[in-house]
Parts: sequence; structure tokens; C-alpha cells
Amino acid sequence: MLKCSMAGWMPQCPFTLDQQQESKHTLHSTDCERFQDINSSWLTDQEDPPPVQPSVVADMRSGADLESCLEECMSTEMSESVPPEVRPKPAVPAKPSHVAPPSSVPFVPSPQGTGGEGQGSGRGSALLGYIGIDTIIEQMRKKTMKTGFDFNIMVVGQSGLGKSTLVNTLFKSQVSRRSTNWSRDEKIPKTVEIKSVSHVIEEGGVKMKLTVIDTPGFGDQINNENCWEPISKYINEQYEKFLKEEVNIARKKRIPDTRVHCCLYFISPTGHSLRQLDIEFMKHLSRVVNIIPVIAKSDTLTLDEKTEFKQKVRKELEACGIECYPQKEFDEDMEDKSDNDKIREAMPFAVVGSDKEYQANGKRILGRKTPWGVVEVENPNHCEFSLLRDFMIRSHLQDLKEVTHNIHYETYRAKRLNDNGGLHPISSSGQDTQESNL
Amino acid sequence: VTLSSRNHSNMLIFLTCDFQDKQYVGFATLPNQVHRKSVKKGFDFTLMVAGESGLGKSTLVNSLFLTDLYKDRKLLNAEERINQTVEITKHTVDIEEKGVKLKLTIVDTPGFGDAVNNNECWRPITDYIDQQFEQYFRDESGLNRKNILDNRVHCCLYFIPPFGHGLRPVDVEFMKALHEKVNIIPLISKADCLTPNEVKKLKDRVRDEIERFGIKVYQFPECDSDEEEEFKQMDKELKECTPFAVIGSNTVVEARGQRVRGRLYPWGIVEVENQSHCDFVKLRNMLIRSHMHDLKDVTCDVHYENYRAHCIQEMTSKLAQDNRTDSPLPLLPLPTPDVETERLIKMKDEELKRMQEMLEKMQQQMHEKDQ
Repeated sequence: MLKCSMAGWMPQCPFTLDQQQESKHTLHSTDCERFQDINSSWLTDQEDPPPVQPSVVADMRSGADLESCLEECMSTEMSESVPPEVRPKPAVPAKPSHVAPPSSVPFVPSPQGTGGEGQGSGRGSALLGYIGIDTIIEQMRKKTMKTGFDFNIMVVGQSGLGKSTLVNTLFKSQVSRRSTNWSRDEKIPKTVEIKSVSHVIEEGGVKMKLTVIDTPGFGDQINNENCWEPISKYINEQYEKFLKEEVNIARKKRIPDTRVHCCLYFISPTGHSLRQLDIEFMKHLSRVVNIIPVIAKSDTLTLDEKTEFKQKVRKELEACGIECYPQKEFDEDMEDKSDNDKIREAMPFAVVGSDKEYQANGKRILGRKTPWGVVEVENPNHCEFSLLRDFMIRSHLQDLKEVTHNIHYETYRAKRLNDNGGLHPISSSGQDTQESNL
Repeated sequence: VTLSSRNHSNMLIFLTCDFQDKQYVGFATLPNQVHRKSVKKGFDFTLMVAGESGLGKSTLVNSLFLTDLYKDRKLLNAEERINQTVEITKHTVDIEEKGVKLKLTIVDTPGFGDAVNNNECWRPITDYIDQQFEQYFRDESGLNRKNILDNRVHCCLYFIPPFGHGLRPVDVEFMKALHEKVNIIPLISKADCLTPNEVKKLKDRVRDEIERFGIKVYQFPECDSDEEEEFKQMDKELKECTPFAVIGSNTVVEARGQRVRGRLYPWGIVEVENQSHCDFVKLRNMLIRSHMHDLKDVTCDVHYENYRAHCIQEMTSKLAQDNRTDSPLPLLPLPTPDVETERLIKMKDEELKRMQEMLEKMQQQMHEKDQ
């Protein structure tokens, strides 16, 4: 099994060479080449992986008598007799299947669930060959590629901390507000504004509508009291919008999702501790949206200072009871917990952003050139940008959306419904009806 | 001409004073006499550092004066700082170099700009500066003027964060509140997070904004035309380089075979004293080696005089309003003086009244001249 950077665990990488070349993200092809070495399976010809035989006991012994297999199957425990390594792992990391799929987000069911079903049918009634239940993953993948999905990321922090540059670096394209007709010399606005810019980026046939929500003016004034209120208001407005759509009788097949899935909070690299404003903001918003704190412009900290600062920040967040994403309470199983614990230990990520390329060691790399050396953005010894990117995009992108939908949105929804004593649905034709969808 | 040769020539004068009398009086030795007296007396210098916490102020001060003034400092964490107000702390250290003594006082301003609401966070700082002026004013008008303690702030280094795109509102307001009370030297702190292009852009931006907002930062005095060429060149470079982009360091690292003060990064070593890395050397030269005395002069001649004139004007206007003589001195929070001082003050009051009458007369005369 190999871990493809784009699609997770796969028997083979599903992307053809053409698709890779079509993609604007050249790194992906590098990853694929790497993985080719691990598992020298054919990379180019096939579009979809071939159906893999489910691990049924019958198949392991070729020419085995069916009835004897049945007896064997019925007499043994389900979990024991299945050798786990024969079963193929699914395309997407495991998620519990009891959560109802939201209408706007394509949802991939857990392999345990389908595998379990497969097991069950294999146990209870002899599998007369391969059914193909696990191709549902493939079908979902195809659908996703057709419909695409959206991701909304908000960046918050004082001006000049490199927010736009970081977002551009994360998505390797000019997606921030500044790349549109906005110049860098604009004055600091007097109140916090919310400005959002959307782009559709495509990679490996998958389309993503990325919306970057910027918050100029945050923390820049002399008196910054309550400067988080416009941000809080915006986030709740998006929840409200979604709620209204959901509650409609005749609702759209795919509700446009403008809810903020992730909020990157930029901490100024003072090296001492968090500022009061940082704590106030995170206190007010960590229960409303997924906050990922990052240490901005971290090329001003030496390695020792970095470790000390990160420890200090973690301690302070804990002392104030602020839970950033990934929240401990939402870890679903041990595997999740151990993965997330590792990430939590490394947070907040000390990042450096850059949209300029330099030549180093014969390669073109993103970096910052100073008289004393070149800071390489993607070098894990220099900064933790690649950690952040892998975490946010390559492993937890879907989880960010799910936590937003299943937890933050549900909290908002429950609160709204409790307050109102039930919400009257708004039908598109304007009729007033007593029937509640709730 | 060295000291010894001057002395030698003095001796010669005594020997040949008869026919040399008409050409050489001998007061050319005055600078030497002043020099010797000053060296005996020692100098004092008060430097204030202001800016948000975490901008490297303490590190820079340590680097400038090669001391460790902040050994026992305890940094508060964010929770403790929620109710913190701006404080003024003083550290004094006596440094001696080649027989010259310097009493250096560093005034620090912890808590500045750190709160969520920073309205008028410069108020404690302006109050402090005014208090020092007031103290000096009183002492100067006192009876025993031999050992006046000069606590006036001679220079204020203001640290601008390198993370922004220029001056922020709090920077502008602070500098405008202080530019007529103290010599402000703006610095771009932690300059090692900027590439050379970014440094240049930021400097240009800050210079523009300083001009636009009418902030009067400390101006280097013009060179005399008879100064050495080298000095003139240095002066020109200094002026074009403001605001200085500085880096400080408390650690010594090994770079290019030498042990230097610097910061060790995975991608390279930043040397504090390398002119191509930052302007630390320029700042140090300016602050200590060439303009320290000028800073003190400007403080005495300009800022203090402004304050004094303002005070006296207030007094005259107040006296014009009511004819009583109690508390002619400006009302700033100072501890109440004891009985002895009260008596002295009363005597001084009468003196002051006479001075004020003279002033009024002079003003009237000037007014008549104008007309």
C-alpha cells in the first residue's frame, strides 16, 4: 500500500502521468515518483485501480471446498480469522460511518464499515466471488472529481505578519486578496473589515473552490477592544445562511457552503509569550470555529527561541482553557488520538511564507534570500511550513470540514433552535406552513 | 596635538614669555583643561527605550553597552499581563573605559503597547519625562546647585516592529506626543527577518510617514565645513540610513573563524557587528561615539528650554489671574517638600516674581519695537 499525497492510502496511485502534468502543482508528481519506488506498481496506464479481491477465507485456499469453508467460517470469530494485511486499505483515512453525510460535502464511508459488511456477508453467506462493495470508494471519488468541493479559510492577524503570502504559498497560487487589484500600500482600515476572495484551483482532476477570507484592520488600532466582534459576526452569519437553506422545504440539492472551515491565527514572533489580544481572540472564537494558530515570520527566531516560544504558547493556551484544532474532545479513536497528539505537540507551527523562488542545490526552491543565507520555506529544518501544509491540506482537510459541519454548526443550530423554540421553514414559494422540518 | 606636547608648549611659553607674549596667550589649552576636568568628573547619560514587548529592546541595550542589565528580569505571561499598566523602570550602571567614567541610566517602559486598549499608553512616559524636567527646574532654582542630579532623558530609542508595512497608529501617536520633549531616534527592530529589499522599502516608507505626520525626530547636526572629509562622508551615510535597522544579540557565535556577537540560524549566521547585515554599528557609533554629547546638548538647549519657557509662561499667566504667590511652580505630582525646602521655595518665589516682572517689561519692549 502506498500513501499518495493526494488521495491517501491507495493500492496504486490513480493519477496518470497526463493528469499529473495537467496539474499546476508540480510537487505532486515528485511525490508520485517517490512512491513508485516504494511499490513498483505501474503508474501510468491505469486510470482506476483494479478491483482487489476481498479477503475471504475461501480465496486463500485455491480450489478449496466451499462447504468446508462455510463450516470453518461459521465456527470461528469474525475478527480473528481475517488476516488484516490481506485486506486492502481504503482510499481515505478511516472515519466512523455513523455520522450522517451532509448534503453539500461528499462523504466517504469508513472502510471498517464497508469491510465489516463485507465480512459479515462473507461470514454469514459464502461469498461466491467478488461483489465489488469497496468500489464505492471509487464511485465517490469520481463524483467528487465531478462536483468538486469547497474550502473556506480565514486568516486573522495584525497587518504585515505575512498572512497573504502564506496562503499563496500554501495553495501555490495567487489566491489571496492582494493578488487581485488591491495594492500593498493601502492604509490600515479604521475598523475590522471582512474581505473574501474565491478561486477555483485544480489538481489531478479534482476541483476545489477555495475562498480566502481576510480580516484587515484586526489588531492594528490603538484601541483594539472587541475587534474580534466583526469576525465572530461574520462566522455566525455564514452558519445562519446555511441553516436557513437547510431548513427550507424545497432546498437545493447542494447547499453552497460558505461556512468558515478553518481559521489561521497569526501570532507575532515576539519570543516572549502570547499577547493579550491573541488570548482574547482565541477565547472568544475557539468554540465557534476551528482555530489553527501559527507563528508568523518565524525566521526571526533561532531554534532554541522557537522551541521555548512554542512551549510557552502551548502552556498559556492550556492555562486559559483555549482548545485549538484538532480539539482533544473530538478524537474518535486511538489512531486519531495518537495522530492528533503528535500534531498537538508540534503546534503552533512556526512558518515562513514566500512567493519567490531561488536556486539552491540545483533545484528551484521557495525561499527568502538574506545576506546570511537562504531561508527555505519547504525545508523542515528551517521552518514548519511543510508540516502545516501536510497537516492542513493533505491529511486533515476533510476533517476540518467535518468538524465545522458536525460540531460547530450543530452547536450553532441547536442554540438557534432552542432560542426560537423551533424555526419556521422558509419555503421558496413564500407559502406559510406550520409543518416543521425539524 | 597631544596633551604632552601642549604641556610642553606651555612650558616653553613660561620660558619664552617675554617676546612670545604678544602672539600667544595660551587659552588654546582650554579644551584640554575641560577634558581633564570632565574625565575626573565623569559623564552621565540617560537613555530611554520604548516599544512593544518582544521587539528586542533589552537585547539591543545589552549589545550596545556590552553589559547584562537585565539579568534578573522576570517576564510575565499573558494572563498576568492582562491587568498590567505601563511602568517605568530604571537601571543604572557605571561603565569605565580608558579612564573615562560613564554613569549610564536606562529607562525602560514595560507594558507599552501590549494591552488590548492602548489609548494614551504613552501618558506615563510623558509624565515621567516632565517630572525629570520639573525636578531639574526646581534644583536649578534652588540654593545648592553644586551637585544637581541630571535625570533628564537625553535620548529615546523607539522600536518599530519590522512586521508591519510602516508606522502603525500607536507609533505615530507616541512619537507625536514625545517629539517635543525628548530626542527620538526611531529604530527598525529585529531586522533579521527582513531581506535587504524589504529593509529598504520599510525605511523609505517610515521616512515618508514621519515627514507626512510632522514628527520631529532627532536630526543629526550639520557638519562644519572644516571637518575632516572622512567625518563628512560618515555623517552623510548616517543620515541616509535612518531609521536604523538593528539586530541585537546576547550570545556569541563562531562565524568565519572568529567569535562574534550574533544569532545562529539553520540557514546562516547573522552577525550583529557586520555592516552588511544590519545598522547596529552605525547606531552605536552615532549614539556613543559621535553624537552622545550633542544629544545631551539638544536636550538641555531645546527640550528643557521649551519646557522651562512653557512653565514660566504658565506661571506668569497664572499670576496675572490671581495675585497670590502660593504654588507658582507647575502642578505635577511630586512628593511634598519639607519645611526647610518650603522656606527656600518662598524665597525663590520672590526671586521669580522679580524675574517675571522683568520678562514682562522685556516683552513689552519687544512689542513696542515691532510696532
